Amino acid sequence: MKPDITRREWIIGGIAAALLILVIPALNAFVPEGSFFHVTNFNINLWGQYLCLAIVAVSIDLLWGYTGLLSLGQMLFFSLGGYALGMHLMLMIGKLGQYKSNLPDFMVFLGYPRLPAHWEPFYSFTFSMLAVLWTPGLVALIFGYLAFRSRIRGVYFSILTQALTYAACLLFFRNELTLGGNNGFTDFKTLLAFDLGRPSTQRGLYIASAVALVLVYMFCRWLTLTKFGKVQRAIRDSENRVLFSGYAAANFKLFVFVVAGMIAGLAGALYVPQVGIINPSQMEPAKSLEAIVWVAVGGRATLLGPIIGAIGVNGLKSWASQAFPAYWPIFLGGMFVIVVLFMPKGIVGLPEQVRTWWERRQRARLPDEPAAPTPPVKEVES
Amino acid sequence: MRQFLFRSVLVLCLGASPWGHAAIDPTEKLARENVAFAILAPETEQAERVEALAQTPAPILAGIFDAWQREKIFIYQAPDGTRLPFQLFQPSEASPDVQAIRIDNGEPLVGPDGAPFIFDPAAHKPVETFSKLRRAMRSTTDLLALADPAPAIRQSAIQKLGMKQSPDGLPILNRRLEVEEDRAVRENILDAIALINLASPDPQLQIAALGQLKKSLSIPSKDLVGKMVENEKLPAEVRKAATATLKAIDNHLFWVDFFGTIFRGVSLGSVLLVVALGLAITFGLMGVINMAHGEIMVVGGYATYLVQCIFGAGIALAPFGLSVNIPGFNFDPNSGIYQSYFIVALPFAFLSAAAVGILLERGVIQFLYRRPLESLLATWGVSLVLQQLFRLIFGPANAPVYSPAWLLGSFSVGDVIMNYNRVFVILFAIFIVVGTALLLSKTPIGLLIRAVMQDRTTAACMGVRTKKVNMLTFAFGSGLAGLAGAFLSQIGNIGPSTGQTYIVDAFMVVVVGGVGNLIGTVISALGIGTIDQILQTWLRNPVIGKVLVLVGIILFLQWKPSGLFATKGRGLEN
Repeated sequence: MKPDITRREWIIGGIAAALLILVIPALNAFVPEGSFFHVTNFNINLWGQYLCLAIVAVSIDLLWGYTGLLSLGQMLFFSLGGYALGMHLMLMIGKLGQYKSNLPDFMVFLGYPRLPAHWEPFYSFTFSMLAVLWTPGLVALIFGYLAFRSRIRGVYFSILTQALTYAACLLFFRNELTLGGNNGFTDFKTLLAFDLGRPSTQRGLYIASAVALVLVYMFCRWLTLTKFGKVQRAIRDSENRVLFSGYAAANFKLFVFVVAGMIAGLAGALYVPQVGIINPSQMEPAKSLEAIVWVAVGGRATLLGPIIGAIGVNGLKSWASQAFPAYWPIFLGGMFVIVVLFMPKGIVGLPEQVRTWWERRQRARLPDEPAAPTPPVKEVES
Repeated sequence: MRQFLFRSVLVLCLGASPWGHAAIDPTEKLARENVAFAILAPETEQAERVEALAQTPAPILAGIFDAWQREKIFIYQAPDGTRLPFQLFQPSEASPDVQAIRIDNGEPLVGPDGAPFIFDPAAHKPVETFSKLRRAMRSTTDLLALADPAPAIRQSAIQKLGMKQSPDGLPILNRRLEVEEDRAVRENILDAIALINLASPDPQLQIAALGQLKKSLSIPSKDLVGKMVENEKLPAEVRKAATATLKAIDNHLFWVDFFGTIFRGVSLGSVLLVVALGLAITFGLMGVINMAHGEIMVVGGYATYLVQCIFGAGIALAPFGLSVNIPGFNFDPNSGIYQSYFIVALPFAFLSAAAVGILLERGVIQFLYRRPLESLLATWGVSLVLQQLFRLIFGPANAPVYSPAWLLGSFSVGDVIMNYNRVFVILFAIFIVVGTALLLSKTPIGLLIRAVMQDRTTAACMGVRTKKVNMLTFAFGSGLAGLAGAFLSQIGNIGPSTGQTYIVDAFMVVVVGGVGNLIGTVISALGIGTIDQILQTWLRNPVIGKVLVLVGIILFLQWKPSGLFATKGRGLEN
């Protein structure tokens, strides 16, 4: 890792950010529909969703790629963020719902006399946006505190996060939680008085997602360059040495876990108004594992990898699950096995992998020349 | 429809009749003649004649009443003017063979020329029933049930009679008491008489009845006794006796519930144990996180399903646009050989799951022994692929696996009901655990397995062929998962995503038990199963119970981070 961000990276990053934030929406808004360069409303919405998923992927990478914590529950935090904003969106439907009542439709349907008290604050957009951050943050804090305090690591940590997600998923399927049971929330109408059905609102949400992704990327880039980032990677490579050097590894891990949870929550909040639905199936354990696939495919321990992976795999999914619905899961699973076995560094690491392979081949062809001693490759503990 | 009936009648009448018209015993003959008489009687007399049938009991009557109510009885008008009631008989739901059987003698109906009678659904109207007649049939069935050869049927009939609290039942019960030989049934009759006496106006009789119920701790009488406690019109001493009886019954009920919950918990724990034991081998001993363990279990379930189909009518599968027909032996579903399909299925499930395990180990896991997190991810990919393969091969619906008759039913010990399949699961779990423990501790291969698991490198230096041992261990663990799948097919559903429901629980069992420790796995499986059942019964909400168990496990790991029985070692990374 280079000590500082080079000018070249600033320029390339700036161009990419401008492309995402300004150019694509402009192509949607100002270029006439028949033109080759026109981006359709459908696509802008789809890309908005991809960018949200890319944000989750970055948060996973912050945990897995940089700290060595494979959390199988990141989609839980994503859903918590989504639910928090979803509650606000449900209240904003007002009397436009099917039952013409002030209560959300599912409450009328289930016979609630009035709004439960804990729903009241969600009339405020500010409160809801704060809840988007602190709900996942709080859950991550409590769980992380318990897990890291008793030094649960490696696969045990993974399994426990999966159990947590599973438990939460079961819980959210119940109507007693007053969060819509298995139907969740849907039929949203407005956000901050903007009509969610209009293309301009969707474009706005796309821009918000793009800005959020760029900010999250910059934050993570900065964080991983600081001393904190160094400790983080040291924990990944050998936690015991970090402990013996006098660092409270548990606190570092807890901080990263909470931050990653909050980032995922933010992504969820941006995602929900764009897809128009949030329900417990979003937090099924398989969804979190799917998100891990994006990171693994893109390349972990790089910040660009997860973004490429999330957009790439989801783009592929959108196409393949239409074209070959029966074979898509086989393809996804197979891709995962192949990536884990043969491409441990993902797409981003592929050029380097090919180069190493090529060099080795070249050396094998020229046996006369004494081969330069290759530095021993230390296996990264994962 | 008509066509098919024609053919089937012709076919069947050439063969032997399942009713066995060679020797019909005299009581059945009498009963048949009487019921035929009742069917032919004018509507005003039918109910009375049906009630009179209680005097000539025979097991055949219940079936005829049933057919009558389901409009499967018709009347044949012979050319000479005689009217013969007959019944349409189908050997089994799926079978196309339909026969016309005479009610009065149980023989197949033939025309005047001796040729088989051909049933025409358009020309015959079923004999109708009306509500008074149906009531008469029901009460006659109840009375007939009192003389049924099966004690369980007698018992339920006796109980029904008692719960009615009608004094008309007393002479019937007393008559039965004189001839009844089964002790449990005698006790039931006494209870039923006591129940009827509870409603009697005589306080002495009531107190005596309450005494009998208190002695027998009859659970069904609880509500009636409870009503007496609240009834202020009754004399004080009757109410006092009722209170005492109610208290005794409540107390008894508490213990019955308690042991019932424990029993269900232990059986659930045994299922968890069988599922988790395979995982304890692959995860605990080998350190490999196999997320496809659930799917390997489902392989065992589908193997059981296949064996069942092969013993039956065969199965047609259509994976990837191919059509594969697996022929079956077409054994009679009631025969012993068909019923024993499960015994054949067990080794088949073990072997097929072990084969999938070997493929998985050779294909994927062998490259990842040093990278546990990545073996978790790769095997999850494999589980996705397997799930979709199941869906493509066997269809998205659950596979219908039927339990053999000897696993159905239940018995009760002091009012605690024990299902045979649950008892079987418990016994089987014991068998597997003991077998695994012996294999690991007493056999040469077990020694090799333990050596490789403790220290792969040192074992290799000592000349152990670690690759082979790894493969065999993994195959064994997978085979155990296959056996678990065979079991789940008996007590739950087997479908493409069944594995996902158990995998989280199974991992929890291994983690709580302490990785690499079989005794820990046993204790934690039974503990988690029992606590889960207790919480479910107590909260009456399975989901909250499950969530609480998971939260409990997370808290438990605070106290014992490496499980109940941690493997002691000086290594830092353990």
